[in-house]
Amino acid sequence: MLVYLIRRIGQSVLVVAVMATLVFLAVYAVGDPVAILASPDADDQELRAITARLGLDRPLYEQFGIFIWNALQGDLGRSFVYAQPAVDVILQRFPATMELALVALIFSILLGVPLGVIAGLKPESILGRTIMTTSIFGFSLPNFWLGLMLILFFAVQLRWLPASGRGETVDVFGVPLSMFTWDGLRHLFLPALTLSLYKASLVIRIAQAGTREVMLQDYVRFARAKGLSRNRIVFVHVLKNMMIPVVTVLGLELGSMIAFAVVTETVFAYPGMGKLLIDSIGRLDRPVIVAYLMLTVVIFVIINLVVDLLYAAIDPRVRLTDSKG
Amino acid sequence: MSKAVLDVKDLSVRFRTREGVVTAVNNISFSVGAGEVLGLVGESGSGKSVTGLAVLGLIDPPGEVSANSSIKVNGRELVGLPEEPLRKIRGKDVAMIFQDPMTTLNPVLRIDTQMIEAIRAHEKISEKAARERARQALEKVGIPSADERLKAYPGQFSGGMRQRVAIATALLNRPTVLVADEPTTALDVTIQAQILSEVQDLCAETGTALVWITHDLSVVAGLADRVAVMYAGRIVEEGPVTAVLEAPIHPYAAGLIGSVPSRNKRGEPLAQIRGMTPSLVNLPPGCPFAPRCDYATEICQTTMPEATPYEGERAARCHHPLSSPTPAAA
Repeated sequence: MLVYLIRRIGQSVLVVAVMATLVFLAVYAVGDPVAILASPDADDQELRAITARLGLDRPLYEQFGIFIWNALQGDLGRSFVYAQPAVDVILQRFPATMELALVALIFSILLGVPLGVIAGLKPESILGRTIMTTSIFGFSLPNFWLGLMLILFFAVQLRWLPASGRGETVDVFGVPLSMFTWDGLRHLFLPALTLSLYKASLVIRIAQAGTREVMLQDYVRFARAKGLSRNRIVFVHVLKNMMIPVVTVLGLELGSMIAFAVVTETVFAYPGMGKLLIDSIGRLDRPVIVAYLMLTVVIFVIINLVVDLLYAAIDPRVRLTDSKG
Repeated sequence: MSKAVLDVKDLSVRFRTREGVVTAVNNISFSVGAGEVLGLVGESGSGKSVTGLAVLGLIDPPGEVSANSSIKVNGRELVGLPEEPLRKIRGKDVAMIFQDPMTTLNPVLRIDTQMIEAIRAHEKISEKAARERARQALEKVGIPSADERLKAYPGQFSGGMRQRVAIATALLNRPTVLVADEPTTALDVTIQAQILSEVQDLCAETGTALVWITHDLSVVAGLADRVAVMYAGRIVEEGPVTAVLEAPIHPYAAGLIGSVPSRNKRGEPLAQIRGMTPSLVNLPPGCPFAPRCDYATEICQTTMPEATPYEGERAARCHHPLSSPTPAAA
């Protein structure tokens, strides 16, 4: 297990290094932030001063060298717009997005796994078919439209839930979270539901396919031959095997929910990282974009790592092949 | 023969498929007494595995056991029983082990979990007592340091060991009947022999009736008391194992016996039965073996031979019985 862990961490570091290079080069090839930051009537001297202040007058390799050097010390540059360290700007928004993604993840598991298992146990039944057909909608409805419809229905028509914002927060270990206040939960519900429906459909399909496959396995037949109750077979024998692909996919999807909740956050005017990214791209706030992308890469890498470790926890075969190698 | 603990009468199993109705098992009857071993022999697709599953009530749609079938275990009728009482019988009165030991154990659950649940599905017994019984069962099938091995996952066992675990699990509740569906086919020959003799001993010890499904006549020869030869869903010949192997009545049984490779025929091409097993969809009216049979005449094409009893507790379905056996007095 330890060798496995070290090897996986080594791979992760490599991925982060390669991504840092790509992200930096890509972002610095786009647009001229000085033109956007400076007032329209600024003269040449003022423009040069701004360029020098932002360090944009140096050659690319020097800028890159400085970026890497600072990055190694945990400094991803200062935001051009907010005049604060870019990481701070992002981290201020991070809890909101993280919370949104987590609640959405929980929704998609609570919706997806039971429905998928039901559909997988009775694939030919009307209920099973209905679940599978409905899940296609979950896939194909665009996020922003779904968000707008939910706002229209629950916020405008029924007036049950608020349409935008984050609501009341409480500090948990110094992090402002809205998950633990009633008002915050009310604000979270619609955006989280919007974000989760696509994932829930994904989970339904994976869980359904997994359940069908596992039900045909010899060990399920042997379990039945042992006289186990149906519940025992479904909840112990089937569920544990079927969760392996679900955990893999959800892990990857959690990353994308954190990183790309952009549309949902915009629709619900939810003050998270996604909205910040859109704003920063509009203002060509390079350090924030770079820092955001780097953070995303790191999150993905960490989640992948955690998924692999979780995998090893669920599936003894992963552990076994490794302890030999 | 002692009193039958497993008594199967007129068992038919049909599968509704897109191509038509497949009668996988067609009106077969057999019985097994306590401590007795019945070898159920046949080619792939002859219906022997389906017979085994039917005895456990494990035929799933689109398959169905026809309503006039009867399967009695200890005198209790299983056909038509609802799921819950059936579940209580499975693993308790009737147990089953399967062909491929690599897939019969759940790869993500520990051996102890899988054995203890088999006990506790049928008895209110403490976890600890159940574990102790599982440990003893493992020791009985020859698994060393059973205490430790209980905590292992199936992936940590070899094929032979896994089949031993499966056998130990199946016998945990001292079943009246054990259905063994080719449990040694996937193992190599030395392990096969060990497992055979272990199962034989265990069943003899507890008086468990054993139905051993196989396509391997040499296994049956050493193990079974009686043998039933299946072809295209029917039992074509049945009788005490030595009598059938020495003087088969049905040409198909004779062909099977003739196909077993032997040392005495070194250098000659291996004997085989020509042709293939027929498709079970809409079988012709006559004897299903007729197209492959050297003795077939016109009557074989048109009329299904009845099961005819012969002397020495034997029976066969053939218009042209070999080795001129004496029909039993009616």
